[in-house]
Amino acid sequence: MQTTTPPARSRVQSILGGDSIQRLLALGALVLLLAFFSVVVPHFASTNNYIDILTATAVNGVLATGVTFVIITGGIDLSVGTGMTFTSVVAGIVAVNMGLPLPLGLLAALGAGALVGSINGALIAKAKLPPFIATLGMLYVTLGMAQVISDVHPIYFDQQPAFQQFFMAKPVIGIPNIVWVMLGGAAIAWILLNKTILGRYTFALGSNEEATRLSGVNVDRWKIIIYAVDGLFIGLAGIVIASRMNSAQPGLGMGYELDAIAAAVIGGTSLSGGEGSVVGTIIGAFLISTLRIGLSVAGIPDQWKSVITGLVVIGAVWLDILRRRSRA
Amino acid sequence: MKFTRLTSLAAGSMALALVAGACSGSATPAPAASGAPASAAAAASAATGAASAYTAPTDAGKAKGKTIAIISKGEQHQFWQAVKKGALDEAAKLGVTATYQGPATESEVDKQLTMLQTALSNNPAAVCFAALDSKAAGALLQQAQAANIPVVGFDSGVDSTIPVTTVATDNIAAAGIEADKLAALIGDAGKVAVIVHDQTSQTGITRRDGFVNQMKAKHPNVQVVSVQYGAGDPVKSADIAKSIMTANPDLKGFFGANEGSIKGILNALKETGKEGKIVAVGYDSGQQQLDAINSGVEAGAITQNPIGIGAKCVDAAVDAINGKTLPKNIDTGFYWFDKTNINSPEVQAVLYK
Repeated sequence: MQTTTPPARSRVQSILGGDSIQRLLALGALVLLLAFFSVVVPHFASTNNYIDILTATAVNGVLATGVTFVIITGGIDLSVGTGMTFTSVVAGIVAVNMGLPLPLGLLAALGAGALVGSINGALIAKAKLPPFIATLGMLYVTLGMAQVISDVHPIYFDQQPAFQQFFMAKPVIGIPNIVWVMLGGAAIAWILLNKTILGRYTFALGSNEEATRLSGVNVDRWKIIIYAVDGLFIGLAGIVIASRMNSAQPGLGMGYELDAIAAAVIGGTSLSGGEGSVVGTIIGAFLISTLRIGLSVAGIPDQWKSVITGLVVIGAVWLDILRRRSRA
Repeated sequence: MKFTRLTSLAAGSMALALVAGACSGSATPAPAASGAPASAAAAASAATGAASAYTAPTDAGKAKGKTIAIISKGEQHQFWQAVKKGALDEAAKLGVTATYQGPATESEVDKQLTMLQTALSNNPAAVCFAALDSKAAGALLQQAQAANIPVVGFDSGVDSTIPVTTVATDNIAAAGIEADKLAALIGDAGKVAVIVHDQTSQTGITRRDGFVNQMKAKHPNVQVVSVQYGAGDPVKSADIAKSIMTANPDLKGFFGANEGSIKGILNALKETGKEGKIVAVGYDSGQQQLDAINSGVEAGAITQNPIGIGAKCVDAAVDAINGKTLPKNIDTGFYWFDKTNINSPEVQAVLYK
């Protein structure tokens, strides 16, 4: 990886986590937004409400962490939402329908996620499909397969009461475990991206894939691995969402991919690849749920919630572009 | 036999109307007491009217062996699975062939129109159509009329004179009963909130308006403080429900307008430890909701008759093929059910898990 020759700045920046300005911007926006809602919207400023925001971020935070990896490689993953549904159904089939121990069900969800990711990776790396198309196809395949294997019936984890009890328990400062799962997943992702060879190749692929290949890196294999890591996070999200509903709902999932991509982009991950950070992504995910819940507590009509969320995504990316332009 | 089932449904609603009257009468001051039973009785008589106006066919006649194409709103919700079962069972019983399909989500209006187009191209003997958008199918319906293919509307009405009849639940009356029930349960005063699946579909609009208007008209001391939309997603609806509770710490009741919405409310009550402290009423069934009603966390719900909707749309299609005149609307009835009658045979017959 030392032999790659991507543009020097983005490389140094990304490895040292030097893309801190965008992260600071996103963090600043998050703090401002929280302060604004806390002052302006009655009842918003309460510990319970802040915990609700954390809880509402959990699913999207995990998905966005996974999708950050593939976006940094210059790819995209549209199958994260329905892939999540598929993995939650797999957990249900193993732990409920087959009656196997719960940990096996959770492992099966992670495995199913890694499988979905590996297929995405293979389609992109080996079959040379554009990531947008490969994962768009997998969006439908995973949604359909979730319904096929569940026979379009929700699967309830009533026989496994420990599942929801564990993930929704609040042992530390009143915050449910799914939030700690999200933060733990993000910490692992941060280590992977910043301290391991996998992370270096992830950034190298996004900065200059050809140069990476010419320097002797097995680009195809690493792509499949990176998409599989994304898939593991899809599986983790499947576990998190199933624990919240105490069930696997085979009809869900469409639209979650857009929230995940939006969180990564708001957090400064560049859709053209080579740049991004997990910290930024998590901040982006918090920003989205703070916005949604703030507007909801304020009683803003649904249609305006969508408009405002969209404007925030556009604004965040526009700020990023302005910053790059002034830097160049 | 069909007739008996409908009659019993009507009788059931009538009995419920009496119960509703008794409930609000004892729990609430005079104005509400006079309002609630009146509307409940109206709903019950609507069901009675439907029962006497429409008798299902006992054999297929000319329709024998012909194909009825059914275009529904989707296949993924349990409600639609029950509609499908009702339709296919009835078709098998009468000896006609029924095809059943629907788009993946209830927002894919264009995909549903493509399905209708394809179905018409195969020249079926009749079409049953549950419009996702009540106005979007105009041109295709005219095409069906030109080809002499009768169209039966079901679940949602279509803004057109072409359908020979519409087989559906009277959602406005049903949601009005929800309003009466919720008002009675909170002592006819205080704040309530509504979570709806969307604000564009007929069912979303009629249930929301049926509930809100009944509250305004009959329960002036009950304030509907918030109506929000959760796309029928149990997690998104839970987050919305929690934010409504945050904004209104003195909230007394919730109405969830479809299965996903009430699931979200139940999740939110569980996550905030407000189970039993805030009254929740819902719509349709599904295991989580049935469990919550049995345990008392949810006060009760309106169930439609999805199997009946499926069966009746096939019946109406068979009648239309045989050239019979049909009433403008065929009401498939609904029940208010709670802990006390959830196990009664007539309610059990229309619930799904």
